[in-house]
Amino acid sequence: MIEIKDLHKSYKMGSNSLHVLKGINFSAKAGELVAIMGSSGSGKSTLLNILGMLDEADSGEYTLDGVPIRDLSETKAAQYRNKFLGFVFQSFNLINYKSAMENVALPLYYQRVARKERQEKALNYLERVGLKEWAEHLPNELSGGQKQRVAIARAMAAEPKVLLADEPTGALDSKTSYEVMDLIQKINDEGNTILVVTHEEDIAHMCKRIVHLRDGVIVEDKKVEQVRASEYVQ
Amino acid sequence: MRFLFDRNTWQEIFGSISKNKIRTIITIIGVLWGIFVYIAMSGAAKGLDNGFEREFETVAMNSLFAWGQSTSKPYEGFKTGRQIRLQLGDVSVLQNRIPEIQYIAPRNAKGVFGDGTPPLIVRGQKSNNFAVYGDFPVFTSIATKKIYDGGRFINDDDIEQARKVCVIGEQTQKELFEKDENPIGQYIRVDNIYFQVIGVHKFVPGGGFETDGDIYIPFTTYQRLYNTGDEIDWLTIAAYDDADVVQVEEDVKTVLKRIHKVDPTDERAFGSFNLGEIFNRIMGFSKGLTFLSFVIGIATILAGVIGIGNILLISVKERTKELGVRRALGATPREVRSQIILESVFLTFIAGIIGIILGAATLNLVNNLTQGIDFPYTNPTVPIPYVVGAMLLMVILGTLIGLIPAQRAVSIRPIDALREE
Repeated sequence: MIEIKDLHKSYKMGSNSLHVLKGINFSAKAGELVAIMGSSGSGKSTLLNILGMLDEADSGEYTLDGVPIRDLSETKAAQYRNKFLGFVFQSFNLINYKSAMENVALPLYYQRVARKERQEKALNYLERVGLKEWAEHLPNELSGGQKQRVAIARAMAAEPKVLLADEPTGALDSKTSYEVMDLIQKINDEGNTILVVTHEEDIAHMCKRIVHLRDGVIVEDKKVEQVRASEYVQ
Repeated sequence: MRFLFDRNTWQEIFGSISKNKIRTIITIIGVLWGIFVYIAMSGAAKGLDNGFEREFETVAMNSLFAWGQSTSKPYEGFKTGRQIRLQLGDVSVLQNRIPEIQYIAPRNAKGVFGDGTPPLIVRGQKSNNFAVYGDFPVFTSIATKKIYDGGRFINDDDIEQARKVCVIGEQTQKELFEKDENPIGQYIRVDNIYFQVIGVHKFVPGGGFETDGDIYIPFTTYQRLYNTGDEIDWLTIAAYDDADVVQVEEDVKTVLKRIHKVDPTDERAFGSFNLGEIFNRIMGFSKGLTFLSFVIGIATILAGVIGIGNILLISVKERTKELGVRRALGATPREVRSQIILESVFLTFIAGIIGIILGAATLNLVNNLTQGIDFPYTNPTVPIPYVVGAMLLMVILGTLIGLIPAQRAVSIRPIDALREE
């Protein structure tokens, strides 16, 4: 599903150049649930941004579902993001003047799905994250965990190839964190490929594979015994 | 284009506009005010224009009067101070020499220009003094005389046979006849001669020295009644519409000077009054007013549109993160740009419509308020092409001004937009 070869990325900061990714080789098959771990500055967010086509690598190859990703125009990148990827952010990034349902329906709008169908699908996904009765509520009427579940529903609504989650539990307490991870695990169970960036050990162990980054290189890449989040959820 | 007519697009735009109501209202007010000022001012200017035109509608707008005075220079053996009297023969000479003249009507009058008391008009026990004019039928081609039903103005037969007939004014009718009495066919005495009434003319104010009591009799009858021979008091002349009235006035005086053997440089021998020139001056004023209101209106609209652009720019800054999210979710730069521009155009358009409605309502109100009073203000309207033009201008300006925030919105990379807190 994801193929990365010898990825380099550096940022220019005045006269200094900060080499963030120093030759990353990584691949993930369909249906994997991968945690990308590392301390801050290790390059894990940069990697996710490049995977998410929000940022571009200086050199190296990136293939997503057999499609080579390089020299993308903004328009092409937007279309690929819409078609291939679902994003879950640490700060949820819901549009605050749109109801939960409208937020979930937004990627479908950019896929030019008709309004009726959009709303149906959005409701369907909200039901799957257990928030159907909250469909008409605005984000500021929801709790943090609910917001993140809406965000996950939104990411899933476009039926992406890969779900990219950047610290999805970073802004949540541990109880709601486990609820969110439970949801992510269930989505993974249905065969979806998911990449989770986190720096929390317990969250990482709820994935099936952990990739450790340090100073721009992968130092460890191991399969782990998955801890089911449902064990912690009443 | 498909994007423009997509219901979803508009729902998205309407959603983002209606979610921030106060900002939207404030944004709209600027342009609304602009188009309101434009409509109200140019409508008012048009109303004044119509009003002036109505004031002048009874008189040909390119007409002038000329009369004889006394010479101020000796010429060809004549000494200074010779009284000049226009002659009936002057009429045909003027008509032949000056092709720009459309109509020319010689007139005589008694009791108008301070030449003693007006003639005594008597009917039975009732009497009063009214001015009497000697006229040709052609006079009505220069100054419209509306005659009440059943009556008529002087005609060629009246002139030929020097009939003792007269057209009286509303005031004359009121003073000499009973309320329910039909004056047509009745007789009145003008300076002790019986005249048959053939019509009553409707008085229209604003036409100069004439009043609602004036009596018109055939020119030939006047000649006999007052023994004026071929002398005439003054000429009323109408030039063709495309003629230069000021030039015609000059020509008339030059020709008259030649006929009456007056020094060509004598400025005092003939008097004249150029209604056309005055009319042109007033029309120039109202044209200037129209232009002024146009300029002010456009400038105000422009200021309003810039205001919209300004607020959208702020709103784009506020919405940086939202726009970043949208782009992460698959909005292409084109879609983001179009959305911002459409928001701008939509706001401008709505503001324009409301402004036009308010402007039209105000014009209507002012029109109703000035209906009864003597104020040159009639039917204030703004021509539809102007309104459409203004709307078009606003849509174009809205698009252009929307380009700035739209460009700003897409110039921020989604990754930076998302990082924004």
